[in-house]
Amino acid sequence: MGVIKKIAGPAVIAEGLEGAKMYDIVRVGNEKLVGEIIRLDGNECFIQVYEDTNGLQVGEPVVSTQLPLALELGPGLLNGIFDGILRPLDKIQEVSGIYISRGIEVSSLDRTKKWSFTPMKRVGDSVQGGDVLGTVPEFSFTHKILVPPDKAGRITSIVGPGEYTIDDTIAELEDGTKLRLAHFWPVRKPRPFTRKLDPNEPFLTGMRILDVLFPLAAGGTAAIPGPFGSGKTVTQQSIAKFGDANIVVYVGCGERGNEMTDVLVEFPELEDPQTGRPLMERTILIANTSNMPVAAREASLYTGITIAEYFRDQGYKVSLMADSTSRWAEALREIASRLEEMPAEEGYPPYLSSRLSSFYERSGKVTTLAGETGAVSVIGAVSPAGGDFSEPVTQSTLRITGGFWALDAQLARARHFPAINWARSYSLFLGILESWYRQNVAPDYPEVRGQIITMLQREAELQQVVQLVGPDALQDAERLSLEIGRIAREDFLQQNGYDPVDASCSMAKAYGMMQMIIALYKQGEAALARGATIADFLGDPIIEKMGRARYVPEADFPAYKAEFDAQVQHAFLGSVKA
Amino acid sequence: MLKREYTAVTYVSGPLLFLEGAKDLAYGAIVNIDDGTGRVRGGQVIEVSDQYTVLQVFEETSGLNLERTTVSLVEDVARLGVSKEMVGRAFNGIGRPIDGLPPVVAEKRLPINGAPINPVAREKPEEFIQTGVSAIDVNMTLVRGQKLPIFSGSGLPHNELAAQIARQAKVLGEGEGFAVVFAAMGITQREVSYFLQEFERTGALSRSVLFLNKADDPTVERLLTPRMALTAAEYLAFEHDYHVLVILTDMTNYCEALREIGGAREEIPGRRGYPGYMYTDLASLYERAGVVHGKKGSVTQIPILSMPGDDITHPIPDLTGYITEGQIFIARDLAQQGIFPPINVQPSLSRLMNNGIGKGKTRADHKELADQLFSSYARGINLRRLVAITGEDALTEMDKKYLRFADNFEKKFINQGQQERSIEESLNIGWALLADFPASELKRIRKDYIDQFHQKTGKLEELVGV
Repeated sequence: MGVIKKIAGPAVIAEGLEGAKMYDIVRVGNEKLVGEIIRLDGNECFIQVYEDTNGLQVGEPVVSTQLPLALELGPGLLNGIFDGILRPLDKIQEVSGIYISRGIEVSSLDRTKKWSFTPMKRVGDSVQGGDVLGTVPEFSFTHKILVPPDKAGRITSIVGPGEYTIDDTIAELEDGTKLRLAHFWPVRKPRPFTRKLDPNEPFLTGMRILDVLFPLAAGGTAAIPGPFGSGKTVTQQSIAKFGDANIVVYVGCGERGNEMTDVLVEFPELEDPQTGRPLMERTILIANTSNMPVAAREASLYTGITIAEYFRDQGYKVSLMADSTSRWAEALREIASRLEEMPAEEGYPPYLSSRLSSFYERSGKVTTLAGETGAVSVIGAVSPAGGDFSEPVTQSTLRITGGFWALDAQLARARHFPAINWARSYSLFLGILESWYRQNVAPDYPEVRGQIITMLQREAELQQVVQLVGPDALQDAERLSLEIGRIAREDFLQQNGYDPVDASCSMAKAYGMMQMIIALYKQGEAALARGATIADFLGDPIIEKMGRARYVPEADFPAYKAEFDAQVQHAFLGSVKA
Repeated sequence: MLKREYTAVTYVSGPLLFLEGAKDLAYGAIVNIDDGTGRVRGGQVIEVSDQYTVLQVFEETSGLNLERTTVSLVEDVARLGVSKEMVGRAFNGIGRPIDGLPPVVAEKRLPINGAPINPVAREKPEEFIQTGVSAIDVNMTLVRGQKLPIFSGSGLPHNELAAQIARQAKVLGEGEGFAVVFAAMGITQREVSYFLQEFERTGALSRSVLFLNKADDPTVERLLTPRMALTAAEYLAFEHDYHVLVILTDMTNYCEALREIGGAREEIPGRRGYPGYMYTDLASLYERAGVVHGKKGSVTQIPILSMPGDDITHPIPDLTGYITEGQIFIARDLAQQGIFPPINVQPSLSRLMNNGIGKGKTRADHKELADQLFSSYARGINLRRLVAITGEDALTEMDKKYLRFADNFEKKFINQGQQERSIEESLNIGWALLADFPASELKRIRKDYIDQFHQKTGKLEELVGV
C-alpha cells in the first residue's frame, strides 16, 4: 500500500506503491477514487485520477488493483449510456441522484439479468481465443459469446441451453479456466484479429455529399473538423442515425450535456433502417461531458474503441463516432502539464500525434479470430481553436485519417447544410472503392460522379469572374454552367436533416439525381444551340421539378425520375417554339 | 478542538503563498491567512505535497511577510451559505453582503464547485423564457435550461441589455416562481452603481440575487464569483422550484483572471497565454445550466463577454461558443446608428430554439415567421451592398420593398429601446413588417398562417407605439 505524496488537480503522486505497473488501476485516498498509473519514477508513481480530487490529503492511502483499466464486455452493453470508464450513468443516478458524486462503484453490466444462452461447442472441442462458444439474443441481435482472445484449450464442461447471468460459469477449459458470458479486456490494448483486409466496401452514411464525393470505406477513418456552429455534432448524429453499421458506438467526449440528452431522447424514438427496431438498441453511448473529470475524458476514447472492437470480433460492422477528439487532446495536454512534461506546439505534449495515430489505427476491416469479417469505422470530430485548421490536433489527425470532411462556417451561415466544403474535403478511399461502385451502383458511376465534380469546379471558377464583373457580362453558355452548378449545390449537395425523407439518401437515388442534373445540362446546351436563351432555362418548370427530387421518397423516386426524363427532352425551348 | 495554526510560510509571490509542514491540509481546502496585524485574508489550497503546500490568496498579498503570517483551516472546500432569504440581496464577489444589511442566516452551506449533472438526469430543455426583447424572443429564443451567451465588444451597451433582460424576463404560465441571479466580475465602481440603482429603480431587485465583484477587488475572487452565483442558483432552482436566470458579466474579465492566476502559478500557457484547461474551466460553469428529471425548477444562463478587438476567433468567445448553445451577437454598426438593443440577428443563433417555440409554447406560426424575417432581412442586406455599388436605379420595385423592410426591421423591430414586449406583440410586429409584401413573396410560411396573420395584425406604427 502506498501513500499520497502530492496532489495537483487530477494528477496525484503516490510513493511506496509496491509492484506498481504502468497503466495499473489504483484506488486513491479514503474515498477510493479511481485512478491510473501513468508514470513510474523510482519509488514514486504518477497517477491520473478519474474523479474530482478536492478534499484529498497528503498521507491518505493508495492501493493498486494490479490490473490495467479493463472493461467487462458481454451482453447488456447495447442500449446503454456509460461514463468514460464504462460505469452505467443510470445506475450512478440511482446511487447518487442528479449529480455525479465520487468513489461510486457500480458494475458495467447487469449482474442479475438472465440471458438465454445457446451453446455451439461441445465437451471435448478445442477452442482458440475469439472462437464463438455460443449465442445470446440481445434485442434483435445475436450476441456471440466469445472465448476471451487470450484463452484457449479443450472444453471439459459446457452448460446446456438455458438462462444464465454473466457471473455463471458456462464452460470450463482443461487448464481449469472458467468461462462466463462476459470477459474483461484492457482498454489500451487493441483486441487481436487474424488479419487486416483491404477496406474495399463503402460505409454508406446516407449523406449525398459524403457517399458520392468523399466516401468512407467500412473500416476506414474520417475526420470532421469545423468551427463552432458549423454542424459537427449534427453531422455525427446524422451518421449515427443513418449510417449502414450494425452497431454504433457514440463517444461524447468533453461536449455538451444537453447533446447527450438529445440522443437519449431521440434515438429510442427513431427506427433503425436495417432492423426496424428503435435506433437506441444498436447504440452504445459513452458520455463524458465537458464538466466531468478530465482524466476520464482521456480514457473515454479507448473505452469506445474497445467496445467497437468487441462487436467487430463478433463479425459486425461497427461505427465509432468520437465527438470531439480535440477535447480528448486537451485532456492529454492538461494532464501532461500537471506532470510538468515538456510541451510541444501550443502546449500539447510531443506524443499527441502518436497517441492519435494509435487510436485511429485500431479501426479496420478484419478477419476475426473466429474467421468472420468485421469492421470498425472511426469518424472523429475535431474542434480547431478559432476555426483554424493549422492547429496541431487538426494537422495530426489529417496525417492519419483517410477521409477529411471540412466543415465551413461560411456555408453554415448561408444555411447550406451539411456545411461540408467540397473544395477542401477529400477522401483517400476513392480508388479502392471504385470497383464496388461500378458493380453495385452503376457501371458508369465514376464517370457520372466525375461530371458532377467538373460542374461544381466550373461554377466555382465562374463565380470568381461574376464577383468581378457581374453575371450580366457572361455568355449564355457560361450562365448555363453557373446555373447547373447552383442546382448541383442546392438540390444535390444540400440535405435537410430535419426532413424525414431528405435526411437520408440511398446510392441508387443519389445516382439518379446526378443523372437528372446531367440531363438538364445536356438539354440546356442543346436548347442554347437551337437559339434558346438563358431566360428559357430559368423559367422552365422542370427546374422546380429538379428541386423537389430530394424530397421524393425512395419508393416513388424511379417513377418520378422517369417522368422527369420524359419532360426534360422538350425543356428550355420556350422562345424557340414561339 | 483547538484549531491548528501553520506558521512556516516560506515564499510569497503574486497571489501565491508557499507553506511548509502543512500536509494535513486537504487539496481544495479554504484557509484564513493572518498577517500578524490582525488583518485576515481568505485563501485556498491549490497544491499539496509532503514538503510544501501552495495557497492561493483571495486578496492582494501586499503586507504579508514570511515571519509573522499564520494560516488556519476554515473549511474543507469553498462553500457558500445559502438561503431563500438571499433573494432581494446584494453581495460582493465572495458572498458577503454589500447592501448594509446583516448576513443571511444560512440554511445550508454548499460547496461552490458543484458536481457535474448526470447526463441521464437531464431533461430536454423545451420551455420558453420570455425576455421581452423582440429580437431575442422571435429570432433566437431562449429556452429554460439553456446557456445562451451575449457576444459583445468594449463600449457596447451589453450592460443595459443585461439589466433589461433581468428586469423583463419571465416564464409564461401560472404559479411559476422566477428569480434572477446576477453575477458581475471585475466591473467598475460606475457599473456597480448603475446595476444597483437600475435593479432598485425598476423593482427587479425584489426577485434577484446580486453578486458584484469589482475591478479593484482581488483577481482571485473573480474566479469564485460565478461559482457562488451558480451555487445560489442551483439551490433556488433544485430545492425551491424557482426558474432561475443567471446572468454572468463579463466573462472576459473572468478569463483574464484565470490567465493571471495561471501565470502566477507558472503553468504552461495554451493559446494567447490562456491556460490549457480554460475550456474545461469554462465548461464547469456553463454546464451548470439545465433542467433535470424530478425537479420543477431550472437554471438558465446568459453569460456576457466582450470580444477583445471584436474578434470572434479570440479564445474567450471561441471556447465559449464550443460549449454554449448559440450566441446573441451585439453589433457595433447598429449601436452606432443608435439602435438599442443593437442585436445583429444574422450571426446570432439559439440552438435550442426549435424545442421551445410553436403551438402551446409561443405561437404556431413562430418558426416560419422567424425564418421568413431572417431570409427577407438577409436579402435586404445583400441589396444594400449592391446599392452601395450600383445605386438604387437598377432596383426593381420588389427590391425596394426589401430595402425598406431591412430598414424597418432594424429601426422598428430590433430598436425597441427600454420598452417591454410580449411574445405576442413581437410576433405581430414581425407580421406587420411583412405586410408590405404580397403573400407570394412569403415563401417560408405556409398558407394557413398567411391567411390567419398576413396584413391582419395591425399597423406597424401603432404596434411599436410611435
